[in-house]
Amino acid sequence: MNRRAVDYEAFSFRFVMVAVALLTLVLLAAPTVVVLVVSFTNGFSLRFPPPGYSFRWYVELWKAWQLQFAMVNSLKVAMWTTLLSVVLGVAAALGIARSDRLTAKVLDSLFMSPLVLPALAFGLSALMFFSLIGLPVSPLTLILGHTVVSVPFVVRNTVAALAQLNPSLLEASASLGASRLLTFRRITLPLIRPGILAGGFICFMASFDNVPVSLFLRDAATDMLPIRMWQDLEGKLDVTIAALSGVLIVATIALIMVMERVAGLSKRLT
Amino acid sequence: MAGSRRSITSYEVRLAFPLALFFVVFFLTPLVILFILSLRSDPQGTSHGVGQYVQFLGDAFSLGVLGSTLWLGVKVTVLALVLGYPVAWLHVRSPGWAKGVIMLIVLLPLLTSVVVRTFAWIVILGRQGIVNTMLIDLGLIDTPLRLLYTETGVVVALAQVQMPLMVLPLITALSRIDPNLADASSMLGAGHWRTFRKVLLPLSLPGILAGCLLTYAAAITAFITQSLVGGGQMLFMPSYIYQQASALQNWPFAAAISIIFLVAVLAVVSIFNVLGRLSRGYAHG
Repeated sequence: MNRRAVDYEAFSFRFVMVAVALLTLVLLAAPTVVVLVVSFTNGFSLRFPPPGYSFRWYVELWKAWQLQFAMVNSLKVAMWTTLLSVVLGVAAALGIARSDRLTAKVLDSLFMSPLVLPALAFGLSALMFFSLIGLPVSPLTLILGHTVVSVPFVVRNTVAALAQLNPSLLEASASLGASRLLTFRRITLPLIRPGILAGGFICFMASFDNVPVSLFLRDAATDMLPIRMWQDLEGKLDVTIAALSGVLIVATIALIMVMERVAGLSKRLT
Repeated sequence: MAGSRRSITSYEVRLAFPLALFFVVFFLTPLVILFILSLRSDPQGTSHGVGQYVQFLGDAFSLGVLGSTLWLGVKVTVLALVLGYPVAWLHVRSPGWAKGVIMLIVLLPLLTSVVVRTFAWIVILGRQGIVNTMLIDLGLIDTPLRLLYTETGVVVALAQVQMPLMVLPLITALSRIDPNLADASSMLGAGHWRTFRKVLLPLSLPGILAGCLLTYAAAITAFITQSLVGGGQMLFMPSYIYQQASALQNWPFAAAISIIFLVAVLAVVSIFNVLGRLSRGYAHG
């Protein structure tokens, strides 16, 4: 093989990889950019590029009480779900992390299973369960259902943070006379806090965005934002939804930036 | 002293019991009830049997829905892998600032509301969408193409929507590979393509399988994207379950479809887990 052939070969490999990667990155980013641009249209359709630009649909959003009502509901449910998930999930993670016992392994698989099972099937089964025990659909049933499908994120991130904990720090603390509780409060908790934060954040987003469980466990009084948006989109292509999407996208970017700073979000996801 | 036998570095498994109890009551019990309900022969529950399952498995339409759902997952997963692998490859080789930009572009779709992500595709693929506008401006077509409500549309939209689930495990796997191995391979005379095929690809196999599993499971259960981009023309399992349960109030049949779908997904997950274990043995020695 002469030198020119080698260079061509290296070039062709890099060219293909970089070209496909850049194309994919454009494909990944394009939908977000397109929605942001369309949300500033001054027209009545989702034409791209828009005929002109204005804030009219954001003003319209101010008056869309149904969407606001659903948004408040979704935020409340996501908050309670996250609170419940962090309390139950962090305790569970402490119990199963660093353990070789079979019970711990079985429980770990159990806690992770909602991530791969079709959530819609669980949503249906939860509705059957609640109607059987006579618990009417309410924010409570939504929070219980959401916790099942969102708590795995808390458990997984906390277990990962615990696994990275240096055991000699804990041993040092114990040999200096600290009790288990003091060691937990002063050493373990501060070190795993970023993991808990990241898990809680993803748990919150998962609950806020949940459709398959809410679909069955909600009624008119507990309308949830993603379901409201979905039903609005099925009926007509409303530009107000574009403005709402714009708000959600900006809020999400801001939250990702904050979580990246306080919890090193991207390191925890890879 | 009982306490001295406990290591300071691990906690008691008892701490996991509250969540375990929560899962038994609010996760396992509902699934058992779902199964029991699927054995009812009619919505009133006058008699029991496997009638609902016989009805599903004997019905070409139902089997077609199951088949097209599982096949949809394969297409989405392959597309996401082909497009996502180079992104992970580029991320691992990029300088710090570019890593951050790539990560933000990958993470954003993961954390944005799925309705927003799907809505974006409606805007892109619609009659007045960006693709049709561009093709008309270029003079390639006269009338807008029908892109929305087609299976290709669903596959492309789902591949984008679920791409982060593919790229993140790939980044993990690729960043663990010792860069010296690729150098050694090229030193020994292998070209870049050959090194990719013989070194990079096999060593990143655990990441590929993890990404494929997550993407596949997410793609076949993606109710919102399937129903909004696919429209009423195409029926996939999640919509089928929802339609039977909500519109037709046929709970026993909806329960039976759910169980069949659960079993199908579990089977796929098990296959991937076995392959994953084999590949880890392959990649690490």
